Amino acid sequence: MNTILRFASVGLAAATAFSAAFAQEATGAGASFPAPLYAKWAADFNKATGVKINYQSVGSGAGLKQIEAKTVDFGASDAPLKDEDLNAKGLLQFPTVIGGVIPVVNIQGIKPGELKLSGQVLGDIYLGKITKWNDPAIQALNAGLKLPDAAIAPVRRADGSGTSFLFTNYLSKVNAEWKAKVGEGTAVNWPTGAGGKGNEGVAAFVGRLPNSIGYVEYAYVKQNKMTYALLQNQAGKFVAPDDAAFKAAAAGAAWDKSFYQILTNQPGEGSWPITGATFILVHKVQDKPAQGSTVLRFFDWAYKNGDKTAGDLDYVPMPASVKTAIVKAWSDVKDGQGKSIALD
Amino acid sequence: MSASTLPERRPATEHALSSTLTADPGALELSPARAGARAATPPPAKKARSGPMADRLFGWAAKGAALLTLALLIGILLSLIVGAWPAIAKYGLGFLTSSVWDPVTNEYGGLVMIYGTLATSLIALVIAVPVSFGIALFLTELSPSWLKRPLGTAIELLAAVPSIVYGMWGLLVFGPILSTWVQQPLQKLLAGVPYLGALVSGPPVGIGILSAGIILAIMIIPFIASVMRDVFEVTPPLLKESAYGLGSTTWEVVSKVVLPYTKAGVVGGIMLGLGRALGETMAVTFVIGNMNQLNSLSLFEAANSITSALANEFAEAGAGLHQAALMYLGLVLFFITFVVLSLSKLLLARMKKSEGKAS
Repeated sequence: MNTILRFASVGLAAATAFSAAFAQEATGAGASFPAPLYAKWAADFNKATGVKINYQSVGSGAGLKQIEAKTVDFGASDAPLKDEDLNAKGLLQFPTVIGGVIPVVNIQGIKPGELKLSGQVLGDIYLGKITKWNDPAIQALNAGLKLPDAAIAPVRRADGSGTSFLFTNYLSKVNAEWKAKVGEGTAVNWPTGAGGKGNEGVAAFVGRLPNSIGYVEYAYVKQNKMTYALLQNQAGKFVAPDDAAFKAAAAGAAWDKSFYQILTNQPGEGSWPITGATFILVHKVQDKPAQGSTVLRFFDWAYKNGDKTAGDLDYVPMPASVKTAIVKAWSDVKDGQGKSIALD
Repeated sequence: MSASTLPERRPATEHALSSTLTADPGALELSPARAGARAATPPPAKKARSGPMADRLFGWAAKGAALLTLALLIGILLSLIVGAWPAIAKYGLGFLTSSVWDPVTNEYGGLVMIYGTLATSLIALVIAVPVSFGIALFLTELSPSWLKRPLGTAIELLAAVPSIVYGMWGLLVFGPILSTWVQQPLQKLLAGVPYLGALVSGPPVGIGILSAGIILAIMIIPFIASVMRDVFEVTPPLLKESAYGLGSTTWEVVSKVVLPYTKAGVVGGIMLGLGRALGETMAVTFVIGNMNQLNSLSLFEAANSITSALANEFAEAGAGLHQAALMYLGLVLFFITFVVLSLSKLLLARMKKSEGKAS
C-alpha cells in the first residue's frame, strides 16, 4: 500500500514537472476537409510520444469561433484569415497541407480527363448562362469531342464550406461577371444549381444525375474514380489534377511574405488553378503555454514524419522551404511572460 | 377519504400540542391516551409520520420538473432573441417578406425558407392525413384480426427509421424514380400549358419541394396513423354497435360515430405529425435541393427550408449578421410551431362549442 502510494506520488510529481512545459493532451477544432489527416496524424503522434491530440471536425467557421473563445488549443480553417484580422485577434496562422478542388462531370461517353474547361466557361455554367453541353463556348475548347445536346445540371455545395470558398474565389478571379454578381465566400447566393450536403452529397448527385457537373475535393475524385475535367490555368495550359499540379501551384506563392496565400489561379505551366492550403490558428499569447507547446510539437512532428500519411490520404504536403518558414514563425508564440514557447 | 386523512393529521396536532404545552400536565395526560388509540391501528400511524414530508417533497419535485421545463422554454426563446437581435434590429419584420439570402454581401431575408418549410409540411399533410386515416380505419374496423397486430407493428416500426436513412433513400432511390416516372412524363404532358406547365417545370433531378413533401409524408404517416388507431380503438363498442344495429354502413359508423367521438385525438395526432414535419431537418436537407429561389414555384424546383438552411450554414457562418439571420430563422420556426399548436387548440375549442348544434 505504502509503496503504491509512494509510486503514485512520484509519478504525479513527474507528470506535473513534465506538464509545466508540455501537456499530455491538446484539443483542436475546425475544418472538416483536413479532419481525416489530423486524426491519423494524431493517432501516429500518440503512438510515437504518448501525447493525445483531440481534433473535432466542426467546420472552419465554428473552429474559428472556438479558437477565438479559447475553448480549444488550436483552430483549423480552410480559408485563411487576412493578416490584419490575425493581428486584431492576436492569432498566428500557418498552413499544413494542400488540396485541390476538381470539377467533375457525368456525361455519357466522356471519360476522366477528356473534357476541357476554362474558368470563364465554368463560371458561365454556374451563372446559368451556358445551359447546354454542346454550347459553342464549350465545344470551342473541346474540338473533336462529341458533346450531347443536353441541359447541364450544375451541382454545388449546400453547406458553407472551404471547398466552396476556393471554388468561388477562383471563379471571381477568372470571370468578371461572377465577381460582380455572386462573389466569393464559404456560402454564396448561388444563381443556379442543386445543393448537395458535403463532398459526399455533391459526389452522389453528380454520380446519379446524367449531364451534371459539380466540384469536389481531390480525394473524392481519386477514391470514387469520378470523371474529372481538365482546367485551363493562368498560363493557358490545360492541366489534370494531381499532386504535382497542386505542388506547382503552391510553389509559386510568396510564403516568405505572409502565410495568407490563396492558391487559386497561380502562375506556372503545370499549376492546378483551384488549389488551396488548409490552415491552423493558434493564439500568439498563450494562456496555457503547456498546451500551446504541445500543439506546436505536434505539428512539428507532423511536418517531419507525416508526409507519407498525407500522401496516402491524398493530401499534398507543404514544400520544404515553406515548412522551414513556418517553424521559424512559431517563435512568435509566447506565454504570458513574453517568453517564446517554441521548440528549442 | 376521511379515514385516510385522519391518521395523517393526528400526529401533527399532537406534535403541536406537545411542543407548545409541555408544561401542562393535562396535555401530557392526553397524549398517552391518544397513543393508546393509535396503537390499535399501528401500521397507518407509522406511515403517517413520514407522509406529509414525503408528499411535500414529491410535490416540490413535480412542481420543479414542470417549472424547469417552462424555464428551459423561456431560456431558449430568450437566447434565440438575443442571438437574433442584430438581424431583428436591422430588418425587423421585413425579414419575413424578403427573399434575398446573400452571405457575400450580408443581405438576408427569410421568405424562401419560410415558404419551403410551409409548402413541404402542407404537401406532407395533404398526403399523410388521408393515408393515415385509411390505415387506422382498416386496422380498427376492417382488418381481419390476425393481420391487425403485424400490420400495426410494421407501421410503428416505420417511425423508428432514422431520418437520415429516409434522406439517403429519398436522394438515391426515390428521387430518380420520381424524376423518370412522374416528373418527365408530366413535363411532356403539360408542356406549353400555362400555369400547370410551370408547376412541373425544372431540371429532371427528382429533388425539390414535392419530393421533400413526399418523404416527410412517409415519415409522419406512422405517427398520425398510430395515434388515430389508438383513439379509434377507444370508441365504446356500445356506440358503434348501436349504430350498426340501426342499419348504418361502416362508413356511416366511422364518420358519424367514431370520428366525432375521437376528434380531439385525431386533431392531436395530425398536429403531432405537422410538428414533426415542420421541424424535420436531415431528410429534408437531402432532397429539397437547398436552393434559395422563389422565381419558380414549380413542385420540382429545388428550394430551401428553415431547418435545412440552419443545418447547412450554421457551422460555417461567421459571427455577425449571418449568424444572427440564422438565429432569426430559428425564432421564426419557433413562432410557426407555436402558432400551429395554438391553432389546433383553437380548432378543438371551436369543435367543442359547436357540439350539439350540428345534429
